[in-house]
Amino acid sequence: MSEETNAAAGKKHRQPALEGWFTLDNEKPHLIGNQCADCGTFYFPRARNFCKNPACNGDHFEDVQLSRTGKVWSFTNAAYQPPAPYVAADPFVPFTIAAVELEKEKMIVLGQVVAGVNPSDLEAGMDMELVLDTLFEDEAAEHITWKWKPL
Amino acid sequence: MSSSMNNEIAVLGVGMHPWGKWGRNFVEYGVKAARDALEDSGVRWQDVGFVSGAATMRCGYPGYVAGATFAQALGWQGAEVNTSYAACASGSQALAAARAKILSGACDVALVVGADTTPKGFLAPQKGERPDDPDWVRFRLGITNPTYFALYARRRMALYGDTQDDFAQVKVKNAEHGFRNENARYRKKFSAEEVSASNMVADPLRLMDICATSDGGAALVVSSLEFARKIGRADAVKVAAVSTVTPTYASSVIEMPDIATDSAAVVAAHSFRAALPVKAYEEAGIGPADVDVAEVYDLSTALELDWMEDLQLCERGQAAQLVRAGDTRVGGRLPINPSGGLACFGEAVPAQAIAQVCELTWQLRGDAGARQVAGARVGITANQGLFGHGSSVILKR
Ligand SMILES: [Zn+2]
Repeated sequence: MSEETNAAAGKKHRQPALEGWFTLDNEKPHLIGNQCADCGTFYFPRARNFCKNPACNGDHFEDVQLSRTGKVWSFTNAAYQPPAPYVAADPFVPFTIAAVELEKEKMIVLGQVVAGVNPSDLEAGMDMELVLDTLFEDEAAEHITWKWKPL
Repeated sequence: MSSSMNNEIAVLGVGMHPWGKWGRNFVEYGVKAARDALEDSGVRWQDVGFVSGAATMRCGYPGYVAGATFAQALGWQGAEVNTSYAACASGSQALAAARAKILSGACDVALVVGADTTPKGFLAPQKGERPDDPDWVRFRLGITNPTYFALYARRRMALYGDTQDDFAQVKVKNAEHGFRNENARYRKKFSAEEVSASNMVADPLRLMDICATSDGGAALVVSSLEFARKIGRADAVKVAAVSTVTPTYASSVIEMPDIATDSAAVVAAHSFRAALPVKAYEEAGIGPADVDVAEVYDLSTALELDWMEDLQLCERGQAAQLVRAGDTRVGGRLPINPSGGLACFGEAVPAQAIAQVCELTWQLRGDAGARQVAGARVGITANQGLFGHGSSVILKR
């Protein structure tokens, strides 16, 4: 959804639910990770001070945009409302969750799956892409996060 | 540590406070369990040289210094104290501390105690906006503990063809075991139909596939082999190994509370669960084929199947076939969770790993009554908790 349509619909300000965790590109968003300058290990969320590879003492990291597509490693749903700090709509709407394997980074990343996709629509190995979508809304803003969407 | 009888200690006594949602102070459960273990051991409280407590993080300062709290409640008698916190492995780390003290010659007899009082409802993180805390982040995104168990379960279905009915059969089997255990919280038999009629929590896992949290307490009296001989207990069950290894980077499986695995782009990925028993087998100088009975951490029904494979009790992907064949029931070829497991107990974190040792001690003594595994001589435990904590203990006759 573009800023223009938001404005036209009189919608709220959109802001990331987690600042600096993903690019705010509505068409082709990426998760923002980083990479150890010494050994090349990827991190998401971004490493701060130390490289966790036991063979590396690196402490310099460069931001990288992670692959925005991957394959389903596994999936589930949240049939019950999670506790705070999850902010639920009233009434609570169950949602699907996927663990997606990024080939280049050799890393599995969790995320909600876009609305309308049920566990019965998914299977291991399916191609998924990263999109931005609403996590929750409050009076001030629409808080957005990354979600996985079948390709 | 090389494998040798020099590493062994004796289990002289075991005791438990029944699991439940009693809502009383955790110290009551610990003292009851400790007194039962002391009585079972024949050792006087005044002769215990070291009290090793497993901490609880939910009961205020007395919980953080659980070793001293239990020592004071039993009556200060000058023993040295220690408190261990290692999530689900806290009880095993408390046992490891006692073993180190005994094997170093610093004491003859130690008391190991863990107990917990759990709050009602979901375990939720601390309040406030804390985006630097992975536990806060995952709850903000709606990812709860059952999410992780369900991802592992779905993965088994995809890789090995396990079914929801296989998972239900694990619950049916554990409910049958726990029905015969007076320390279990849930003592009711269930049919597979009842399990599959319970509400879906995290697809494919239903309410009855996932363990609850409970109050409970468990204790052990352990000693040097020499002390055991001296008091006529040379035949006591022995602790042959205590593995509390940490993971090896990089993680191959997404672990609670993380939102992503480590990257295996530069270094190979390793399974933490599978590493835990490897050290235990090495230390005990035995192999998986020697195991007669196991107590594993069935946070979910499907996780029990993962543990069977991680303990190398069957080939990867074969665990459900053992369940279908009835091998994992008491009376079967390789009984798993004869106590009823977490399915019938619910998790009382600092007490749980100690309770696993209590059950195996009863089994190896032949004192397990209606749930006795005939002729059991070697037993193994396994559990895993947050932040790289886990343990595997081997007991033998
Ligand atoms: Zn590095």
